[in-house]
Amino acid sequence: MTTGGSGVESAILLQLKGISKNFGAVQALRDVNLDIYAGQVTAFAGDNGAGKSVTVKTISGLWEPDGGEVLWEGRPVHLHSPKDAEALGITTIYQDLALCDNLDIVQNMFLGHEVLRHGILDEGSMEITARDTLKELSVTTIRSIRQPVASLSGGQRQSVAVAKAVMSHAKLVIMDEPTAALGVSQTAQVLALIKRLASNGVGVLMISHNLNDVFSVADRIAILHLGRVVAAGPISEFDSSVVVDYMTTGRSERAHAGVGSDGAGSGNGGGQ
Amino acid sequence: MTSESGGNVQSPTPGAETAAGVDTASETAPALHHDDDAPALDVVAAAPELLADSLGEYVKAWVKRIRNGESGALPIILGLVLIVIIFQVQQSRFLSAGNIVNLLVQAAFFVTLGLGEIFVLILSEIDLSTGFVAGIGATITLALLSPSYGWPWWAAVIVGLLACAAIGAFQGLLITRLHLPSFVVTLASLLGLGGVLIFLFDSFHGAVGGVISLPTSGPLYNLVNGNMSAAASWIVLVAAVGLYALVTISRNARRRARNLSAPPLSITVLTIVVVGVAGALLVVVCNLNRGNLVPLRGVPWVLPLVLLLAVAWTLLLGKTRTGRYMYAIGASPEAARRAGIRVQWIRTVAFTLSAFTAGLGGLVFASRLGSISVGYDGSSYVLYAIAAAVIGGASLFGGYGKAVHALLGGVLIAAVVNGLALIGVGTAGEEIATAVVLLAAVTVDSLVRRRGSTKT
Repeated sequence: MTTGGSGVESAILLQLKGISKNFGAVQALRDVNLDIYAGQVTAFAGDNGAGKSVTVKTISGLWEPDGGEVLWEGRPVHLHSPKDAEALGITTIYQDLALCDNLDIVQNMFLGHEVLRHGILDEGSMEITARDTLKELSVTTIRSIRQPVASLSGGQRQSVAVAKAVMSHAKLVIMDEPTAALGVSQTAQVLALIKRLASNGVGVLMISHNLNDVFSVADRIAILHLGRVVAAGPISEFDSSVVVDYMTTGRSERAHAGVGSDGAGSGNGGGQ
Repeated sequence: MTSESGGNVQSPTPGAETAAGVDTASETAPALHHDDDAPALDVVAAAPELLADSLGEYVKAWVKRIRNGESGALPIILGLVLIVIIFQVQQSRFLSAGNIVNLLVQAAFFVTLGLGEIFVLILSEIDLSTGFVAGIGATITLALLSPSYGWPWWAAVIVGLLACAAIGAFQGLLITRLHLPSFVVTLASLLGLGGVLIFLFDSFHGAVGGVISLPTSGPLYNLVNGNMSAAASWIVLVAAVGLYALVTISRNARRRARNLSAPPLSITVLTIVVVGVAGALLVVVCNLNRGNLVPLRGVPWVLPLVLLLAVAWTLLLGKTRTGRYMYAIGASPEAARRAGIRVQWIRTVAFTLSAFTAGLGGLVFASRLGSISVGYDGSSYVLYAIAAAVIGGASLFGGYGKAVHALLGGVLIAAVVNGLALIGVGTAGEEIATAVVLLAAVTVDSLVRRRGSTKT
C-alpha cells in the first residue's frame, strides 16, 4: 500500500485513511487511502466497478463510509450530506447531471447559491459575476450567457460546470469523466481549463478512463482496483502501460522501481 | 453567493501552467477562441432580446426563433383568433359586450385553477385533485358565511383557503415522504374529496337541498357580480400600465448602465403600448352597457384580481428562489439535489400552492354562481384546468410553464366552452370539442418541442 505526501511541497488538502464501504455483502471499497494536494491535478483511474464513483460519492458527502477516516486540511471531518462537503469547499462536477437544461447559464452557475436583493433574485449581480468568471477562465465560445444550457455543446457545458465550481470558491474540485463524449478541440478546452484551475491553487481530482488526458493534465495519479488503491504517486513515475497493468490486474511487473517511492519530492506539480 | 467575482482565480500564473510541463498549455488560448460548434445552435434558444440591439434585429431574431421551434405564445394566440372567428361567424352574439364579459368571467375560474396547476406541471408532476379542492374550500367558506354560522366574510375565506392549503400540503407530504407518484395520490384525492364534499353538505347546517347560497351582498358575491365604476377601472388601468412601464424601463436602464444586455427601448415601448391598448380595450368593452332591462356596465372585480394573481405567481416563479428551484427540479431533480436544493420541500410547497390557488378558484366559482351545490363537478373542472395550462404552453414533461400560460389557455378553454354553449351543441359536443382542442394543443407542443430541442 502506497501512501503519498511526505516531502511534496504543496499542502495535502484531503486525505482518505482506510475508507471502506459495503453494499450488503458487496465490499465496494476496502481500506482506501488517498491523498489529494492543493494546486495539483490528481487523476483517479480504475476499471469499471473498481470503486471510483463510490469513493467520489464518499468525498462529496452523498454516501457515508462504513469505516475509515476523512481528513480535510489535517482535521478529521464527517461528511453527512453534499452541503457538508460544500461547506468545506468540495465541489463535484458530474458527467451529465450537473446542469438543468431549461435554465440559462447564469441560473445554472448560481443554482443553489442565488444572490438575493430584498428577497428577490438579483439577476444583474449574478450575471456580472458569471460573466467575469467565464472571462477569467477564458471561456469565450459562449455567445450569450442568458441562453439555456440545452443549446450548449458538451465542451461548453463542462466549461459552465467548471466555472460554477470556481465561482463557489471551491478548494477541491472533483470531476467525473470531464472529457467523456467530447470532441478533440473541446477536450483540449476542458483540459486547459482544468490546468488553469489547478494553477490557481485548487485541488482537482479527475476521474478518467482516457490515459491521454491523464498524462497530459495530471500531476499525480491514484489507481483503484477492486476497491483498493493499488498504486499512487506522481504521474512521472508511471507510464501508460504500467497504469493499464494496475487498472486491469491490480499490479505491475514493469513498475517496481517507481511506484511506492513516492516521497521523492517530485517537482512536477503545477501548484505553488 | 459572492459578489466579488471569483476571488481565488484573479491571477492565473502562466508560469505555473508551463511548469505543469504539458505542451497543450501553449495552445490553450487559441483553442478556447476556436468555436467548434455549429454556430446556429447558440442562437436557437436564446431569447431575441438577448442578441438584438435594434428593432429590426429583434424582429429578425424573433422570426428565427419561431422557425427553430421556440414559438412561445404564438400558436395559442392564433388558435384563439381562429376560434373567435369561427364562433362569431356561427353566432353573431359571441362578440357582444355581454358575452365577452361572460366569457372572461368563465375564464377566470379556469385560469385560477390553471395557475395552481402550473406549479406542479413545472415539477413534472400532476395534481388531479384541484377541482374538488376548490369545491371543498368554497363549500367551507360558504357554509361559514351562511346565517347558521354567520362568520365575517374574511374569516370564512381564510378558513376555506387554509383548508385547501392543508389538503395540498398533506398530498405533498404523501408524495415526498412516502415516494408515491403524484398521479395516484391526487387521483385518490379526486375520488375521496368528492365523497368529502357530499359529507360536508350533509353535516353543515345552512345547506338547503344540497345547495349553499352566498348572501347576495358582501365582497365575496361582488367578486364576480360587482363591477368597478368606469372611473375606477380607468384609474386602475393607468396605474397598472404606468407601474409596468416604470419598472421595465428603469430595469432596462439599470441593466444598460451595468453593461448588461437589455432589449432596445423601441421594443419596450412597443410592449407597453400593446399591454396598454389591450387593457384599454378590455375596459371599454366592459364599460359598454350589457344589461337587458337595467343598464349593467363596468369591469367585474374578478378580472383585475385574477390578473393580479397571475402577476404575483409570475413574480414568485421568475424572481424568487422557490420559483427558480421549481424549474430546476422539473428539468433534473438529481441536478437540483446535488446543487443542495431541498427537493422534497419545494415539491411539497408546489402542491400546497396548487391547492391554495385552487381554493381561490373555488371562491371565483361560487361567486359566479352565487352558490355551491353538492353536484359540483370537480373532476371535469380539474381536467379543464390542466388542459388550460397545457394548451397555454406549459409542458406535461416538466421544466416549462409560466403563469401567462394558464391565462391564455384558460381564456381559450372558456371561449370554446362558451361558444359551443352559445351555438347550442350541448354537453356532449362541448366535451368532445374541448378534448379535440386539448389534443391539438398537446400535439403542437410536442412537435414544436421536438423540433426545437437540440438533443436527441
